[in-house]
Amino acid sequence: MSKQDFKLFEDMMKKSEAAIPLVQILDEKGKLVNKGMKSSLTDEELVDLMKVLVWGRTTNERLILAGRQGRIGNLPPSEGQEASQLATLFAMNKTDFVLPTYRDVIPLVHHGMSMKNAVLWYRGHVAANIFPEKIYGLPAQTIIGSQIIQAAGLGYAYRRDEKDQVAFTYIGDGGTSQGDFYEGINFAGIFKSQAVFIVQNNKYGISVPREMQTKAGTLAQKAAAAGIPGIQVDGMDPLALYEATKTAREYTMAGNGPVLIETLTYRFGAHTLSDDPKRYRSQEEVDEWVAKDFLIRMRTYLGEKGLWNEEMEQEVIDATTKEVNDALDLADNEPKMKVSQLLKNVFEVPTPRIQKEIEMYEAKEEN
Amino acid sequence: MAVKNMVQAINEALTQEMKRDERILVFGEDVGTNGGVFRVTDGMVAELGADRVFDTPLAESGIMGMALGMALGGFRPIPEIQFSGFTMEAIDGLLGQLARHRYRLGGKEGVPVTVRSTFGGGVGTPELHSDNLEGLFAQSPGLRIVIPSGPYDAKGLLTAAIRNNDPVYFLEHLKLYRSVTEEVPAESYVIDLDKAHVVQEGTDITIVTYGAMVHESKKAIEKLEKDGISVELIDLRTVAPFDIDTILNSVKKTGRVVVVQEAQRLTGIGNHIMAEIAEGAMYDLEAAIGRVAAPDSHFPFGQAESIWLPNASLIEEQVRKTMAE
Ligand SMILES: Cc1ncc(C[n+]2csc(CCOP(=O)(O)OP(=O)(O)O)c2C)c(N)n1
Repeated sequence: MSKQDFKLFEDMMKKSEAAIPLVQILDEKGKLVNKGMKSSLTDEELVDLMKVLVWGRTTNERLILAGRQGRIGNLPPSEGQEASQLATLFAMNKTDFVLPTYRDVIPLVHHGMSMKNAVLWYRGHVAANIFPEKIYGLPAQTIIGSQIIQAAGLGYAYRRDEKDQVAFTYIGDGGTSQGDFYEGINFAGIFKSQAVFIVQNNKYGISVPREMQTKAGTLAQKAAAAGIPGIQVDGMDPLALYEATKTAREYTMAGNGPVLIETLTYRFGAHTLSDDPKRYRSQEEVDEWVAKDFLIRMRTYLGEKGLWNEEMEQEVIDATTKEVNDALDLADNEPKMKVSQLLKNVFEVPTPRIQKEIEMYEAKEEN
Repeated sequence: MAVKNMVQAINEALTQEMKRDERILVFGEDVGTNGGVFRVTDGMVAELGADRVFDTPLAESGIMGMALGMALGGFRPIPEIQFSGFTMEAIDGLLGQLARHRYRLGGKEGVPVTVRSTFGGGVGTPELHSDNLEGLFAQSPGLRIVIPSGPYDAKGLLTAAIRNNDPVYFLEHLKLYRSVTEEVPAESYVIDLDKAHVVQEGTDITIVTYGAMVHESKKAIEKLEKDGISVELIDLRTVAPFDIDTILNSVKKTGRVVVVQEAQRLTGIGNHIMAEIAEGAMYDLEAAIGRVAAPDSHFPFGQAESIWLPNASLIEEQVRKTMAE
């Protein structure tokens, strides 16, 4: 043994975790606790937010049903995470740019993509990714981590051009293990990108628990290594999620560089419809989280304020059910893809070789 | 002998090899508790222990780098990259490091790493889950790339790969996981990594292919044989570096050849096969070398797979064309 003991190391370990604040405004019982932040939402905004959350939940439920009926491919549902997705989005401007993961198709719809495109995305159709110009977002990213560096780049471009726009990007807890994640937040820090990184910690990356992703006690503390702020937010608390995101937006727009927000949330269902979560997590754990559902606390809080009732909720559910059903029908009518079309998507102007292939396939497709 | 699918055959090869050599470790995303997203490593934690079959953090570059480091420490790692498209995240680890290691050390010391991954069309996956990227990885010296076309080959080739002291990138075709079953011996066996397999002999024309296209070719051959066309079918097994002698011997005999791959015309390894044939058997050919490959777009969105992927009827058409020349 050397003369030194390990106190220096051990003290450092304690400090790094203790430094991460947790924001919670509305607790599980629907009571205001105002930990770290206070709500700035008006009554009218509260109702709007609740409508969005119910819309999100219903959309998930309807899409899962469609999945089970074989009307959609294999979809990654986000039941349980709608607050983490949509209450954060609620704090963004329509011209803020969203770089989503495969699990964030529903937020993308809220940001302007059509429900029909969402259905086509799950089904694996290129038309899903053809947006009208007014949508500020990318199609869902399949490669975990890539979106983080892209957000750093876009946020840099926004700052250089003095735009009132922010790049918002989502990633899961598993995704924070990727090299691209570290590179992205580090670049964003150095280049003072107008960016907000939202880490949705739903406790699992497919079957792998969050504790096996990193020895760090929080994911938010990874921000410290990039020299940027990192906070944890109760991911089942829409008011805290909204406030934290709004504040992060203001912070980055003020020229301070990016912010990392870790939302503590949970995926109620399977990773995708082909996943069997019973293999890696207990029903007790699921039940525990279902009891924390943001809808329960929002119903209580808004109900007590006289802002929300069952009929209002049913109205949203009915309208959303119709929206999803209509989208499924519209998507059924989408013309089938053609090889010639896929070939045309590869270059702005097809190379002579590809042009030949296009003509060959067009001739075949006519028959 | 029991009839098994490829998932079972691979599981068996891994388990048997790990029992034979306790320095073998299996790791990757979801391979532990979950038994792999395709259940290839199902039951292995229970049988071999959580310290020999385990999950890693979600980082392909980390997985690949760990493998080389473990090999330096005397282990024989079998990392899994969940889908081969994610190997893009680990190109340096695979091509820049693993494939070069022996060469850098003057040929003296290799890294016995078998990287397993999945690929292949026909099951409607999301983007970058099915792409045929073997041609990209095949551009590196020092790396064997093996693509089994069925359960029997999968077990024997994987066993040989694990026992080999150089890195192997072992690619498992998603469509073949459960769609093909055949008799697989219960005991361990190896198949020579450096030899192509003449699946069936023939005299009129040679088809050179690998992976799922072996089965599409077989379907085409059934029809061609009805018209008296005798086809020799070669399954490369190891697609890089591939066994050129078996191909040339066959082409010299038949005088006609069609190269079939699932990958796009401008990617894949078909181009290299054609170049070798042109160089080594040009004057034995009675017709231009034929080719069946996918269109030169990116791998298609799930719904377009059926119109994009090469299939039996395209192979049949090309063989007839080459026969008619
Ligand atoms: C680069 C890359 N590696 C692996 C995968 C396969 N994969 C898809 S989702 C997933 C787990 C992701 O977990 P997390 O980041 O926590 O997000 P979540 O799915 O829980 O939303 C994995 C391993 C992928 N899509 N991309």
